[in-house]
Amino acid sequence: MAFGPYLLLATLEGLVTSAVLALMALGLSLVFGVMRVVNVAHGEFYMLGAVLAWWFASLVSGHPAIGFLLALFASPLIVAAVAFLAERLVLRRLDYEPEATIVATIGLLYIIQQFALTFYGPEARPVEAPFDARIALPWFGYSAYKLAVIVVSVALMLATWLFLTRTRAGLIMRATQSDREMAQAFGIPVDRVYAGVFALGAGLAALAAVLIVPIRQAHYLMGLDPLLLSFIVVIIGGLGSLRGTVVAAILIGLSDGIISMFFSPTLAKMLATFLVALVLVFRPQGLFGAASR
Amino acid sequence: MSRIDGKSLWLHWAVLIVLFALNFLLPEYHRGVVTRVLLLAVFAMGYNLTFGYTGLLSLGHAMFFAAGLYGAGLTIYHLGWSVWPAFGAGLLAGIVLAVVVGFLALRTAGVAFMIVTLMFSQVFYLTTLYFTTYTRGEEGLVLPVPARTLTVAGAEFGLTDPGTRYMTALALFAVVLIATAFLVRSSFGRTLLAIRENEERMRMLGYDVFANKLASMAISGLISAAAGAAYAVLFGYVGSGFASIQYSILPLLWVLLGGAATTLGPLIGTLLTFYVIDTASSYTSAYMLLLGIVLILLILYFPRGIAGTVRERWLPWLP
Repeated sequence: MAFGPYLLLATLEGLVTSAVLALMALGLSLVFGVMRVVNVAHGEFYMLGAVLAWWFASLVSGHPAIGFLLALFASPLIVAAVAFLAERLVLRRLDYEPEATIVATIGLLYIIQQFALTFYGPEARPVEAPFDARIALPWFGYSAYKLAVIVVSVALMLATWLFLTRTRAGLIMRATQSDREMAQAFGIPVDRVYAGVFALGAGLAALAAVLIVPIRQAHYLMGLDPLLLSFIVVIIGGLGSLRGTVVAAILIGLSDGIISMFFSPTLAKMLATFLVALVLVFRPQGLFGAASR
Repeated sequence: MSRIDGKSLWLHWAVLIVLFALNFLLPEYHRGVVTRVLLLAVFAMGYNLTFGYTGLLSLGHAMFFAAGLYGAGLTIYHLGWSVWPAFGAGLLAGIVLAVVVGFLALRTAGVAFMIVTLMFSQVFYLTTLYFTTYTRGEEGLVLPVPARTLTVAGAEFGLTDPGTRYMTALALFAVVLIATAFLVRSSFGRTLLAIRENEERMRMLGYDVFANKLASMAISGLISAAAGAAYAVLFGYVGSGFASIQYSILPLLWVLLGGAATTLGPLIGTLLTFYVIDTASSYTSAYMLLLGIVLILLILYFPRGIAGTVRERWLPWLP
């Protein structure tokens, strides 16, 4: 094959990565933006979503789409419930003190990982895609499911954006984000908003995981790489900026896909991580974020 | 306040004497465990200097430990260096890396500092994987036994002998313990504490906050690298696993458990973690669960750790 087809393939793969990454990073960004909490366990919520997706899919016999749809609805709900509990039982008692919450979410990371290892095991298991079709491109056929992932992700991002900007709940969240004390003074139950946001963030990560699990298998250690990538996306995009998150996810996903195709994946990750660390050092508000506060 | 008062000086000597005696009292298996604990406690003491005394929560100290580990291990394995120069190479690698990383990362503060250190450490980890021809990645390198001979004043000691190994680890531990005990009581140590408590005020009083933090990072990196380099020569194994995120989180756990900003906390924390995990593993394989629960309970109910709580409640003179 010539260079063109490779580039197209790398771009498509990169876009799939971007789509999933954007959803996951959005969850992280919401939690950080509203609660000022760095959730190190975010990757484990993603992993939990994938593992639960496998479990739900294996419950149902018959057409794979039934199991997948069940997973698509049930898995994020359960993960959100777990996150809600963790928020009530641990994070709230720490009063969201940044360093303490980091330590606590590291603890949470280990607990979730151990549960996955004990009840799910060390194997990597796939979930069957809901449909198995290929779309013929000029040089090669491409999985229709992967394209569907991109479409669904875009739809979900739009839904989140509408939720944040057009609904009362979204307005309350944004108010809490911009000024916690003032929001409280106006009678917003900040405490409950936090719990909701934490659950929503975890749910988004789980949703991303359910979408990816027919392409990449579910494994109990799968959370770390996406966690680091999400950090990268959130930082480059500028914390709390939805548009920045999307742009950064596309940027990171595409460059990851293309560099991994032509060079080594390890090199791709190395460069991305290093560059982002430098961005954070020299431009802490991110490439797209406004210099706030 | 610059001197170390009587009681705490005696306490340090007593701890060192007990550790010395343990070499002859402990059964073989436990002697091996304590050797490892002593080295990792040195790592924890290095971590404590930035986290406990300076208030810098780094999530990337694995890179300093691994810099020492690889600095010593690679020079022995590929260049055939003997133990002392290889140890020196490890120290140099650690301090250089700490100064460079500190210079960049200290421009940020708080949450950003944690993420930046985490990322630099991850870059280091990926680098060890990328140059797999030299490092053999996760599988790691096993250092040849003849190279692991320590020459002190003309006498040769094989570092594969458990007794020598214990004593070497204890010697390093003792040096670092005494050095940090003096360091944190010195005016430099007081400055670090004051920066932790109120950075703005220190700046206003005319202290160079950045330079002091950088010095703290450099010394912390040096101590962590010393632990890593000693680990390489004593246990003869060098692998990427030591650069992974887990080895950045473990010292945090040890120091939190033992007591941040206490001289003996790192040892207590490391020792306890090792034996808790060791005991737990004989009942269940779910040690990560335990680790997670301990971390959460500690931060919820004992944010000062064991030595910190003892100091707060009963022994205000505890160093």
